[in-house]
Amino acid sequence: MKEIFLLMFSAIFIENFIFARFYGCCPFLGVSEKPDTALGMGMAVTFVMTVSSAATWTVYEYLLLPFGLQYLKTIAFILVIAGLVQFIEMFLKKFVPALYSSLGIFLPLITTNCAVLGAALTNIQNGYNFAESVAFGFSAALGFTMAIVIFAGVRARLRLASPPKPFKGMPIALLTAGLIAMAFMGFSGMRIA
Amino acid sequence: MAAWVIYMDYMNILIATLSFAALGAVIGLLLAAASKAFAVPVDEKAEKITAMLPGANCGGCGYSGCAALAEAISAGRAKPGACTVGGAETADAIASFLGVKAEKTVRMRAQVMCCGTPALAKKKYIYEGIADCRAAMQLGGGDKLCPNGCIGLGSCASRCPFGAISIRDGVAEVDYLKCRGCGVCVSTCPKNIIRLIPYDSNVWVGCSSVEKGAVTRTYCDVGCIGCRICEKSCEHGAITVNGFLASIDYDKCVGCGKCAEKCPRKIIRMPAPGENKPDPSPEAAV
Repeated sequence: MKEIFLLMFSAIFIENFIFARFYGCCPFLGVSEKPDTALGMGMAVTFVMTVSSAATWTVYEYLLLPFGLQYLKTIAFILVIAGLVQFIEMFLKKFVPALYSSLGIFLPLITTNCAVLGAALTNIQNGYNFAESVAFGFSAALGFTMAIVIFAGVRARLRLASPPKPFKGMPIALLTAGLIAMAFMGFSGMRIA
Repeated sequence: MAAWVIYMDYMNILIATLSFAALGAVIGLLLAAASKAFAVPVDEKAEKITAMLPGANCGGCGYSGCAALAEAISAGRAKPGACTVGGAETADAIASFLGVKAEKTVRMRAQVMCCGTPALAKKKYIYEGIADCRAAMQLGGGDKLCPNGCIGLGSCASRCPFGAISIRDGVAEVDYLKCRGCGVCVSTCPKNIIRLIPYDSNVWVGCSSVEKGAVTRTYCDVGCIGCRICEKSCEHGAITVNGFLASIDYDKCVGCGKCAEKCPRKIIRMPAPGENKPDPSPEAAV
C-alpha cells in the first residue's frame, strides 16, 4: 500500500507528465485557453489514461509476452488505445450523456495523445504489476490535469496583461510554462524511497 | 544455418501478423457490437432543421447554438421563428417543413442609442486600463460623465458574430448591411444602451440619458433634455417623453422625420443620404 502511495505521489509531483517529462505538451498548450475547458480535458485524460493503463498492461502481459512480441508494443498500444477511446465514447453517449456532452469534444483528441501512450509504455518499462499500472496511469493523469488547470489560470490572467509586443500570445505562454516547470523542479529534490 | 535463420524470421513475421490481426479483429468486432448495442437514436428532424438555420451559432435565440435551437424546435419547445437572424425566410422554411404556419417576424437591427463623441460628451477621468467596456465599467462606471453614455471600448464589437459593429469617433456604430439583429450586443453592453429596432426604422433617439434636462446638459452637448418638442411635433403620436427621455413607438412611426427636424439638441437621428443607411432591399444584400 505504501509503495502505491509513493508511486502516485511521485507520478503527480516529482515526475509530473508535463513539467518533468514534457509529455502531452500539445493539449497543454492547445486546450488551456480557459480553466473550464482545461478541466474538461484533464478529466477526459484521467478517465482514458486509467482505463488504457489497465488495458495495455493486460494486452502486454497476456498477448505480447507469450508470443515474444515485446518489440511491437508501441503499435499494439496505439491500436488498443484508439479502439478503447472509441468504445468509451459510444458507451458514454448511451449511458452517461451528461458526462459525454462535457467530455465529448475532448475524447477523440485523446486517441493520439502521447501522454496516454507514454503512461502505457512507462508502466511496462518500470515493470509495474497490474495495480501499480492503474495507479500510475491515474495519478499521472491527475498530475496532467493539475498542470493544465494551473496553466489555464495563468493564461486567463495573461490575456488581461500587456506584455511587450513580441511576447504577446504564445511566447509569453511558453515562458510562463517554463517558469512553472522550474517551480516543479523543486519536487525533484525530494527523495522518497 | 542460414536457411534456419530465414525460417525463424518467417515464423516471427507470421506470429506477429496473426496476433495483430486477431487483436485488430477483436477490437473491430467489439466496436461493431458496441455501435449496435449503444446506438443512440438521432433526431433526424432536428438535423434537417439545423441545416435550414443560418449556422452562425450566435446565441441570439437564447440557445447555445443552432443545433440546440433546432432540437428545441423539433421537440416543440421553441417556435419555428425563434431564430432572430434567419428572419422570415428561415421561419417560413422551417414552418413549412414542420407543417405549421409561421408567425410573422419583423427583421430587427441593432442601434446604439448614444451619439456622445469625445468632442460633445464630457469625461470625468482618463481611462488607461484594459480596453473593454465591462472592465472600464468597474471603475466608476466608465470615463464619461454621463452614466448612460457609450464607453466606446468596443465590447459589443468584439462579441458581434457578424463583425457589424465598429468604433467610430469613440462611439460604437452598427453597420446595418452586416447586422442580422441577433441581439448579442444588446446583452453585452454594460450600459444597456444598444436596442433592437425594426430594420427599416427611419428615425431613432440617439440618447439614453434619463437624467433631468439641466443635469444632462452638464454631461453632454447631445443629450435628451426632455423638452417634449418632438412629442408635440409628431402627428401620429408615436413619440412620448418618459421621464426625461424621448422614446419612439415604431408601431405608430411612419418615418416622416418631423421630430428629427424639430429636435433642438439634434439627437433624433435619421440616416443621412449616402451615409450608413438601411438598405431598401435588405435580402438582396445578404
